[in-house]
Amino acid sequence: MHGRQSKGGAAASPIKLAVKDLRISYGKAVALQGVNLEIHEHEIFGIIGPANAGKTSFLKALNRMDVFNTGMRVDGEIRFNGLDTRHLKNVYALRSRIGVVFPLPVGLPMTVYDNVALSPRWRGITNKAELDVIVQRCLTRAALWDEVKDRLGALGSLLSGGQQQRLTIARALSQEPDLLMLDEFSIAVDPVTTMRIEDVLKELRQEVTIILVTNLVQQARRLADRTAFFLNGECVEIGVTEDLFTGEVKDKRTRDYVEGRFG
Amino acid sequence: MANSTTAPGAATAAAFDRRDFDWYVDKAVQAIVFVCGISAIIFVLGIFVFVTKEGLGFIVNHMNFHEFFLTPYWSPSDADDPEYGILALMAGTASVTGLAMLVAIPFSLGAAIYIAEFASGKTRETLKVLVELLAAIPSVVWGFIGLVIMNPLIIKWFDVPVGLCVLNAGIILGLMAAPIMTSIAEDALKAVPDRYREAAEAMGATRWQVTYKVVLPAAKNGLLGGVLLGVGRGFGETMAVLMATGHAVNIPNSIFDSVRALTATIAAELGETVVGGEHYQALFTIGILLFLVTFVVNLSADLIVRGIRKG
Amino acid sequence: MFQASALNKRNESVQKLYRMLFGMMTLMLIAPVLLILGTLIAKGGGAISWEFLFTAPTDGMRSGGVLPALLGTVWLVMVALMLSVPIGVCAAIYLSEYAGDNWFTRTINLAIINLAGVPSIVHALFGLGAFVIFFGFGTSILAASLTLAVMTMPVVIVATRESLQAVPQAFREACWNMGATRWQTIRRVVLPNAITGILTGVILEVSRTAGETAPIMFTGAVFFTPFLPESVMDQTMALSLHLFVAATQVPGIADEVPFGIALVLIGLVLTMNSASIAFRMWLRGKKKW
Repeated sequence: MHGRQSKGGAAASPIKLAVKDLRISYGKAVALQGVNLEIHEHEIFGIIGPANAGKTSFLKALNRMDVFNTGMRVDGEIRFNGLDTRHLKNVYALRSRIGVVFPLPVGLPMTVYDNVALSPRWRGITNKAELDVIVQRCLTRAALWDEVKDRLGALGSLLSGGQQQRLTIARALSQEPDLLMLDEFSIAVDPVTTMRIEDVLKELRQEVTIILVTNLVQQARRLADRTAFFLNGECVEIGVTEDLFTGEVKDKRTRDYVEGRFG
Repeated sequence: MANSTTAPGAATAAAFDRRDFDWYVDKAVQAIVFVCGISAIIFVLGIFVFVTKEGLGFIVNHMNFHEFFLTPYWSPSDADDPEYGILALMAGTASVTGLAMLVAIPFSLGAAIYIAEFASGKTRETLKVLVELLAAIPSVVWGFIGLVIMNPLIIKWFDVPVGLCVLNAGIILGLMAAPIMTSIAEDALKAVPDRYREAAEAMGATRWQVTYKVVLPAAKNGLLGGVLLGVGRGFGETMAVLMATGHAVNIPNSIFDSVRALTATIAAELGETVVGGEHYQALFTIGILLFLVTFVVNLSADLIVRGIRKG
Repeated sequence: MFQASALNKRNESVQKLYRMLFGMMTLMLIAPVLLILGTLIAKGGGAISWEFLFTAPTDGMRSGGVLPALLGTVWLVMVALMLSVPIGVCAAIYLSEYAGDNWFTRTINLAIINLAGVPSIVHALFGLGAFVIFFGFGTSILAASLTLAVMTMPVVIVATRESLQAVPQAFREACWNMGATRWQTIRRVVLPNAITGILTGVILEVSRTAGETAPIMFTGAVFFTPFLPESVMDQTMALSLHLFVAATQVPGIADEVPFGIALVLIGLVLTMNSASIAFRMWLRGKKKW
């Protein structure tokens, strides 16, 4: 890793997430292996790479989704807040602290309001006024409030794709997560909204750590303090984002990908 | 949230990893639904255990395999020398079920092909609903139909003294089994992916050619499974055969002979037996036989149908 | 290909022929039944009246109404549902939401198929041996309903499992990702969206249960009793058995009485079934995602 003078000053913060010798496999097929990385508090950590690089599997492993997926096997060590996630007493508590947004938007078949109030209610918040505040704040941050404020009673699953994606983001925010993971969130959203959400993410860095998986290398450049490049189930390189884009790379493949020669 | 940003680290880490109320509720629910999930296995085992328990005394003490399976004399209420031969009963069941399948298989396959491959839109929906409703008619109503409608018709048309016979029960049973076989066969045909049909049609084949050359071979196992389930249903049917066969212990020579089925024998005689008596136990022994045969039929149907999913 | 128009024409007429053949077969499957139903209505329609439905049989069952049998069937169905619906729904939840794709699940599925496929008279033997004798319930509504519950449970299980599986997996995963337990996910997202489908299955089960005869013959239903059932430990008359008795065991009965009973029974069963089908179609029209 080259110079640590990244824009967020991440080096100074404590370590949020430490991954050691991670290997993810489905049956005989290895989705990702040999990943070693550390993500710091309040950092935006970008992950770039073409399809089938193992990015989504990586996020699933962090969230311990292998528990519900009998075919998925995770080896290696993942420490979240210093706690080994392999030996959790309550995996649900871990997941409730990690907000995830996957590329396919999912509006749950309940009202928009209930979609966002779902997680707070599970946390035990029943006070209507308190829920109102949370719903409005999360929808505003996800750049959706203005569009749905007059129809909070509409079914979340019948919103447009872009709206559902922002609803998904609002739902992830409603968890008040420690760690927010976004997986190619801009696929279903128009460019203007993408920019608005990107601004929100920059703001959110004050509060949460963010892992941003993206297929748009420029998005990683705009947002991420440090970026990892995944290729074909392998973590090729991790570095300060600016370094990757200015050609200070250890692996030629990284430069080729960043410059758009493949992917 | 503000707190978690100012004081992160090990303290918070340990704090969140605790089993809360919801965790225990989840575990409890998991245990409850698991018990209900295996209840089906428990019930099937229970059926076998209890029917065997009541019938075992006969098998151990009285049953002569040769007499039981190979003689046609069933006279359990003869006080001096009761006879327990089920050959005639088996012949009755076999003849009625066989005739029923002769009626049901071609018509239900034909109907399934029409509904799945030829009919469309409203016709298709209507036919499916009709078939479903037909399958719902209770067996005692079918028996009643055999008794009061089919019986006089058969006497009139074929000029025979009694209309309660293999033919009557066979037709009734065929009409009963056909809707079920039709809907299973239709499911099997519908399970053949449309791209097969499209590929064949793109080459200029007519709908019938597509059906005959592509869809039927692909749905073969599902259709066979449906037929087997129909056989199982016909074999195990009780009330309709009790009422429509004439209930005479007899190895039939023609379709106009009255017969008696295994199931109907139990239904008709169990009420007059003494609990734990020889006759009572003999009827339970027939029950064990019925259970085992349907078990094998259902198992094979399942294996055959599963075959298509693997392939 | 372009010169083959003669062949095409021949193919087309063959096609029409087959279409007609299969259409006829379908018709021949359905027409006799419709004829029979017509006959039932023609011969039994005259017997149906409020009085027929709401009075007891008189004159050694040769005349009078079907009230005790009708009430008995309602009792049997209700008690059977109270037992089979909770267990069946939970079993379906297990199969749809928890069970993996392994030999154990296949065994359960096989058991369900067998439960539905074992002859009804064998269920009757089971009910007699287990509930009447072994558990000591005697011939009672309880024993008969337990037997019916075991027998018709597959209907609820299959219908419930289907409607649970119709709820897209993505909804579950979205909830899991938010830290919901499996049960929280099922309760808040899966069940609310499957409940109407489950109800369809329950209605279907009512119709199945009401029509069964053999399983209740020796476990709780009797040919005749002048008393209306008052508790689950009572014996009772039942519509299906009443039809059997009236058709075979009562000499000199007026023709229209058994026809009337058959009509009431079939009316009950088909109404329930039609309701279930209509409900299902209404559901299909309602898009929630």
